[in-house]
Amino acid sequence: MNNIYKEITINGLWKQNTGVVQLLGLCPTLAVTTSAVNGLSLGLATALVMAAANGSVSPVRKLVPSEIRVPVFILVIATLVTVIDMSINAFAHPLHKVLGIFIPLIVVNCIVLARVESFAAKNTTVPSMLDGFMMGSGLMLVLGLLGAIRELVGKGTILSGLDLVFGPSAIPFMWASTDYHGLLLAVLPPGAFLGLGSLIAIRNWIEIRNTAKAKILAPVLNPSLNH
Amino acid sequence: MSESTSESIVKHTSKTAITMIAFAFIGTALLAYVFEITRAPIEASEAEARLALFKQILPESSYDNNLLKQTIKIAPNELLGNHRPTEANIAILDHKMAAVILEALAHDGYSGDIKLLIAIRADGSISGVRVLAHKETPGLGDYIDVAHSQWIKLFNDESLAKTPAKQWQVKKDGGKFDYMVGATITPRAVVKAVLKAEQYFAMNKEAFFAKPENAISAQAELIQKSKD
Repeated sequence: MNNIYKEITINGLWKQNTGVVQLLGLCPTLAVTTSAVNGLSLGLATALVMAAANGSVSPVRKLVPSEIRVPVFILVIATLVTVIDMSINAFAHPLHKVLGIFIPLIVVNCIVLARVESFAAKNTTVPSMLDGFMMGSGLMLVLGLLGAIRELVGKGTILSGLDLVFGPSAIPFMWASTDYHGLLLAVLPPGAFLGLGSLIAIRNWIEIRNTAKAKILAPVLNPSLNH
Repeated sequence: MSESTSESIVKHTSKTAITMIAFAFIGTALLAYVFEITRAPIEASEAEARLALFKQILPESSYDNNLLKQTIKIAPNELLGNHRPTEANIAILDHKMAAVILEALAHDGYSGDIKLLIAIRADGSISGVRVLAHKETPGLGDYIDVAHSQWIKLFNDESLAKTPAKQWQVKKDGGKFDYMVGATITPRAVVKAVLKAEQYFAMNKEAFFAKPENAISAQAELIQKSKD
C-alpha cells in the first residue's frame, strides 16, 4: 500500500511533473510567474483545487454515467474553484488583488480535468486526493522556481510581495538588491519561455545523467550479468 | 423488441439527466452557502482597501464624514474618460464640501487604460493622485505606480490656478512635469488625464458645492446638465 503512495508522490513531483514533463497548464505557468510569490500562490491554489476535485470525484465515480462524465467533472471543478476564489477574496484580500484574474482560470487549466479523468475516475478516494495534491505540488514547485528566477533576474528581488500573503511580519524574508536594476526581458513574456525552457533542459539533463549512472552501476550491483 | 429498446433509451436518458441535475443542484447549493458566508468579509475588506487608498490621497483630518457613503453619480463624459457612470466621493468638514475624489480613465497609455483616483480640494488644488490599475510595461512605464516610484506625488498641490493648462505637459513637450527617459507615453497620458479631471472639477464646481448633505440626485442632474 505504501508503495502506491510513494509512486504517486514521485510521479507528481518528478517523473510526470505537470510543469516540465507533461507541459499541461502552460497558460498560468507562463502568465503568473513574474514573481516567486505569485507563482507559489497560484500553484498552491491549483494544488488545493486538484486535491479537492480528485477527492470529490473519486467517491461518486460509479454514479456518473460515462456520457456525462466530462460535464459533471467540469461542474465539480468549477464549483470548487469558485469556492476557493470567494474564500481568498474574503480572507486574503490583497492576495486576491494580485491573483484575482488567474484564479477563475484554474477551471480551464486542463491539468485539473486531466487528473480527474485519468486518475480519480479509476481509483479510490485517498490515493486520488494524494495524486491531485502531488501533481499540483509538482506544478507549484515549477511555478515557484520559475517565478523566483524571473524575479531575481528581472527585478533583482527575492520573494517580493510576501507581505501581501502573510502580512507585514513576512517583510524580513524579503530581499531586494539596491544597485541592480534588472533585466526587463525576464519579466516580460519571453522571459517565461526562456525560463521554462531552461528548467525543462535542466530536468532532462538530471534525468539522463541518472539513467546513465544506473546503467554503469548495474553490472556492479548485479555481478552475474557480467558473464 | 423495438419497444423495449426505446423504453431503455428513455430510462437511460432520464437517469443521465437526473444525475446531471443532481450534481448541478448540489454545486449551486454549495456556492450559495459559501457566497453567503463570504459576502460580509469580502465587502468589509473591499471597503477597507478603498478607505486605505483614500487615506493616501486625502489626510483623514481634512474630513469628518463617511467617504464611502457620501457619493455622487457621475454620468459618462469625455473629460473623465469614463464610458460608464462612476461615483465620486465627497469629503465634508464642518458641513462644508472639503474635497472630492474622482475616478478618471486615461485611454492613451502605452497599453490599455490607466485608471486614476484623484482627490481635489474645494479650492481646486490637488490633494493627491494614485493609479488604481494599469497595464504599462513593467520596469518602464510602471513608475506612475506609487509602489515603484514617487513620481505620482508631483501632482500634490498642483492646480489650474498655479499651473496654466499649457504647462500641464511632460518636460519633453514643453511642460513642467518630469518624466523618466524611455517611457514618455505613460506619464503624458497621466498628466493629460489629471488636467482633464481638474477641468471637469472647475466646470462642475457648483454641483459639488451645492448642499453636500442632501439632494444627491439633484446634484447628479446638475452634473449631467453642465456636461451637455
